[in-house]
Amino acid sequence: MTDVPTPAAPGAGCALLQTRRLSVDFGGLHALDQLSFEVRESEIVSVIGPNGAGKTTLFNAITATVEASAGDIVFEGQSLLGLDPNRVTQRGIARTFQNVRLFANMSVLENVMVSQHCRTKQHAFGALLYTRAFRREEAEIRRRAEEILGFFGTRLIGYRMDQPAFTLSYANRRRLEIARAMATQPKLILLDEPVAGMNPVESAELTGLIGRLRDEWGFAIVVIEHDMGVVREVSDRVVVLDHGVKIAEGDYADVASDPQVIEAYLGQGTGGK
Amino acid sequence: MTGSASVAGSAVPTRPEALSAPPRPAFSHDWRRIARIGAIAALGQMFIALSNMPVRLDERLVVKPVLSLGYLVLLFLPVAVGYRHGHQTVREGVPVSRPGLHEVVGGFSCGLLAGGGLSVLAVLLAHFDLREPLVNWSPILLDLLAFGNNTWFAAVIWLVIGAGLGAAGGAVRLLGPVSRRAVVTMALAVAGAAVLESLVVDLAEGMGLEALADRLYARRGGVNWNSALGLAGVCGVLAVIGRGRLRHARLRHAELQGTKRTRANAALIALTAAALIVLPLFAGKLTNELLANVGLFVLLALGLNVVVGLAGILDLGYVAFFAVGSYCAAVLTAATSPRITPEMPWLVALVVVVVITGLVGLFIGAPVIRMRGDYLAIVTLGFGEIIRLLFLSDWLSGWFGGAQGITKIPAAGIFGLTEVSGTDPRRVFYLVLVFCALAVYVSWRLERSRLGRAWMAVREDETVAEAMGINTVNVKLMAFVVGAVLGSFSGAIFAAKVGSVFPASFLILVSIVILVVVIFGGMGNIVGVIAGAAVLIGVLGGPKQPGLLVEFSEFKLLIYGALLIWMMLARPAGLIPSVRRTRELHQHEMAQDAWLQGQVDDEDEGKEARSSTAAARR
Repeated sequence: MTDVPTPAAPGAGCALLQTRRLSVDFGGLHALDQLSFEVRESEIVSVIGPNGAGKTTLFNAITATVEASAGDIVFEGQSLLGLDPNRVTQRGIARTFQNVRLFANMSVLENVMVSQHCRTKQHAFGALLYTRAFRREEAEIRRRAEEILGFFGTRLIGYRMDQPAFTLSYANRRRLEIARAMATQPKLILLDEPVAGMNPVESAELTGLIGRLRDEWGFAIVVIEHDMGVVREVSDRVVVLDHGVKIAEGDYADVASDPQVIEAYLGQGTGGK
Repeated sequence: MTGSASVAGSAVPTRPEALSAPPRPAFSHDWRRIARIGAIAALGQMFIALSNMPVRLDERLVVKPVLSLGYLVLLFLPVAVGYRHGHQTVREGVPVSRPGLHEVVGGFSCGLLAGGGLSVLAVLLAHFDLREPLVNWSPILLDLLAFGNNTWFAAVIWLVIGAGLGAAGGAVRLLGPVSRRAVVTMALAVAGAAVLESLVVDLAEGMGLEALADRLYARRGGVNWNSALGLAGVCGVLAVIGRGRLRHARLRHAELQGTKRTRANAALIALTAAALIVLPLFAGKLTNELLANVGLFVLLALGLNVVVGLAGILDLGYVAFFAVGSYCAAVLTAATSPRITPEMPWLVALVVVVVITGLVGLFIGAPVIRMRGDYLAIVTLGFGEIIRLLFLSDWLSGWFGGAQGITKIPAAGIFGLTEVSGTDPRRVFYLVLVFCALAVYVSWRLERSRLGRAWMAVREDETVAEAMGINTVNVKLMAFVVGAVLGSFSGAIFAAKVGSVFPASFLILVSIVILVVVIFGGMGNIVGVIAGAAVLIGVLGGPKQPGLLVEFSEFKLLIYGALLIWMMLARPAGLIPSVRRTRELHQHEMAQDAWLQGQVDDEDEGKEARSSTAAARR
């Protein structure tokens, strides 16, 4: 059970994010138990595991939404422990939410514009005096937002940019969540079940998109996903959690044939979807 | 502005076209509904009668010999329920019956029950003595209900009056849209002219139209019988001529796009500004006093609107900043201030006031702001009271004079050009106007900035806002401080205007009233907030300031409450709702409407159709 490989020494390789013996307890429940894993630059890592394995808790711990009880989270050589969630985002980690949480009454464009908050700096006085710097920054925020929305083809641009986010279809809401994460100009994006609830066509398209996010924008990506097709397609590496413990790690083929994984995750006697 | 407004234009649900069906039979009714409406109205009538409004307002004549304000408040409810009974919900695809005798009979029945409430009350008044819990249970009320005759006359006459008015209310539905508009306008014009007598007389004097006012009003108050008829006639004709014009103009304005719209808006703003600048010149002292009071509350409401409407922080202790602004201005300018007497000029003091109130905003905000929702509301409520009690306390009475407050605060000097004090309300109004304009500008600019967007995000979902890199504590503190500073302007002007400050001027009621103004007017909408202040403070009056309806000042809070309840039922987003608030409250309906109108956002299927609608929208 506890055959956790000791992580590489700090600074070794080009690990972007490392968790070192990270534990999160909720009362007596160990949601994460001494989890160590790492994400290298421009790498796509999938985190899989049955329900309640601690996948989302891992994301919450990295983004400081929940507090780690023990261990350390290191991003670019610096610990993230004790930071507020907004500081973590500022360091360069963005996330999406499992249960799509957009700013529903803000327009599509505003959703992306507001997410650039931590990369911009004009304050109240600039806005009040309508200074040139303020106008330039507003124009720049808008331009960037449109550029990011353009990444998703024609779906989020045009008239739809000015529509409130709640009018979007489910798939588009998921896309907008990703756009919003991109707008914080992160180095690492955490995607929490990005294709949940999508039809096969849409999820195939989004799978391609995740690859492009890495190739064109250079983000490192951690994906939580239940859809094994997507996992196989996108991941450089797969980490399997069960009851807060890492039970396997490696490329998809290795993991999928690991008997422990099959027992814990895929069920008895079946080999993948 | 243009972007979001055009979205609203398309997203606002359009009323489905009504199919018409033959009138319903006259005597087939949902009698339980009638009983329900009638019973509610009857209880309402009893409540109004026992609230002492009729007796108190009986002396105030509305139409010279026939009608007093006291009776008027007893007459409107039967008409209202008679009209309401005929209401049919319009649903798409379901035909609506044409109005006919059914509506009149239904109105008659509802009105009968409503009047019956007073009949019962009259009989009860005659035979029982319930003065102990109900202080207004008096023979005077009985006498009023009986028109000076005996109890049985009262019982019968109110049944007759109720039924008649109810039937009349129902009959209004029979009228075509044009005549209905005319009738409503006539009734409103006469009622308005009568109730707003003091304002009309004051304005008429300012414009040299005393003769007209003398003609319109009887010597001891109330509209003359014949001039009431004349006024009704004129207004009826005007209503018929002007029918639909206003609505057309508004629709045309809503359709404008881009620069044309900006220009139209600018013209509207310029017109309003010109009217506001010119109007006080013609208005007498009374009206100017009123305008100044409204202005002070507009300023407060705009400040609170930043906190509540934009950032979504429910602040129930906003009066604290008004108090701090007032006291600071008082201490800094008054020679009689107990401890320190810098006797600064008002404008210099204002700068210090802004700094201090901003700091107080930070000081109060810092611990409070980490809380969310209900907890935050309760804590702000507490801080509002703490500030008042501090000013009242013996501990600080050496600084702020305790319960005696600070008196003899000098007038506000503006660059030595002019002195603004309470004795000349016109100057106060102009001063307030300047600051209101400033507050409007600040709210307008900030809403469309990086900070404004962050406020919106915090209002929508604080956890996600934080995850998107927004420092929610800082952003909310900013809202608190901006609100505090805007409130302190109002406080500083208030101190100079009234000439004295006491802790009793800063009761919790003030916080509540300001919040009611914001909610009533339309949270998050500048124009709405101003309209809310004009209606509530201007017409009904502020916590201590008289409004246009001076007679009603005793019943102000009762009417506030009733209005607020009605508002929440009928227009939950406020008088002039902000686009966003409407969206928040009607998200699902709007999404559904968009779906019905074919602006479906489904993937893949119908892509061509969608891009063609997209093209059509350009």
